[in-house]
This record gives sequence, structure tokens and C-alpha cells, in this order.
Amino acid sequence: MMSGESFLGFCVVVALVVLCISFLLTVVRILRGPTLPDRVLGLDMLVAVAIGFIAVLGIKTGFSFHVDIAISLGLVGFLATVAFARFIMSRKADPELPPRREPRSPWEPGR
Amino acid sequence: MTFLIDYLAGILIVIGAFFTLTASIGLLRLPDLYTRMHAASKAGTLGSCVVLIALAVHAQDVAIATRALAGVAFFLLTAPISAHLLAKAAHAAGYHLWPGSVRDEMAGGTRNDKTTQS
Repeated sequence: MMSGESFLGFCVVVALVVLCISFLLTVVRILRGPTLPDRVLGLDMLVAVAIGFIAVLGIKTGFSFHVDIAISLGLVGFLATVAFARFIMSRKADPELPPRREPRSPWEPGR
Repeated sequence: MTFLIDYLAGILIVIGAFFTLTASIGLLRLPDLYTRMHAASKAGTLGSCVVLIALAVHAQDVAIATRALAGVAFFLLTAPISAHLLAKAAHAAGYHLWPGSVRDEMAGGTRNDKTTQS
């Protein structure tokens, strides 16, 4: 039976590693695209992962102002997504997009 | 009592981190924008909210816990709005569903498309 402190330290390390992996997977999606809304969605997800990072670091270090940073980062991410949605609505889809393809398998990875 | 709070906070942050990992795997593996949006806006928001709840549990201060819970309420309110707005904008701009989709309720365009195009 571990003590509370060491258990919490272990959990913080596990959570930071898992959040790093999900951050990298989201960055891969942003780089691969293929369309602008996919990248905007990836940026939205990146903000959510960053909020998780900040909350875990707030637990680890005990500083209280991390919560304020998380809330303001969430506000900025929300406003950025809304602005990008208005921008996407004001223009048409990319003309170089490939046409609809035949389905191959339900778990086919994205392009 | 303190070690109980530590255990609860540790379990909550691991749960939240794995929810976030699920969301990013879904973002990478799902076939088109509208299915990826399920992963990002539900599991991703739940992941960061659970970690913020863990911060509220772990904080020994009412002010910090209140702010963390206010942040949770804020994210739960804004994530569906931004995801719905992005999906509606992408559909109105002509981004297709993937070929395996069963039906598209908005295929003919909705009645107020003309008014939301501005």
C-alpha cells in the first residue's frame, strides 16, 4: 500500500506521459489535414489537451493561478474556433478535394 | 483524510488523461470531419473537465475549487457550441461526409441557409 503522496506523484507522471502522447497524436492530425475544418478541430482538441496539462501541473506544483490560466485558455480556444467557423462558412470547400470514394472498411484511417 | 484526497485526485487525473488519449486516437483514426468531431468534442472535453475536477478536489482552498468548477461549467457550455458551429459551417461550405455515412439530414440545405450564409 503506497502512501497518498507517492501515489499522487506516480499518477501525475502517468497522466503527463499520456497527455504528451495525445498531444503528439493531435499534432499528427493537424499536420495531415486534409481539410481546413479538420485542422481547426485539431486546434480545438489541442486546447483541451493543454488545459489538461495545466490542471495536472497545478496539482503537481500547488500554484493556484494555474486555474485562471486554464479558464482563459479555454475562452481563447472557444473564440478562435468560433472565428474559424465563421471564416469557413464564408468561403467554399477546397476545389482540389478528391471526389467521394468507395468505402473500403469502417476503420480505414483518415487520409 | 488527506491520503484519501490524494488517492481520489490521482485516480481522477489518470482517468482524465486516458479520456484525452481516447479522444486523440479517435481524432486520428476516424474517417471524416463529422465523426472526428464526436471524439474531439465529447471525450476531449470530458478529459479536461475530469482533470479540473481533480484539481478542485485536491485544492485545500474554497476559492481555487470554485474557480476550477466554474471552469468545468464553462467548458461544458462552450464545447458543444463550438463543435456544432464548426460542423454547420463545414457542411454549409460543402465538405462531404465520408462514403460510409448512412444519411445526411441536411443534404438539401436547410430553410435558413440563406440567412446564415452572410
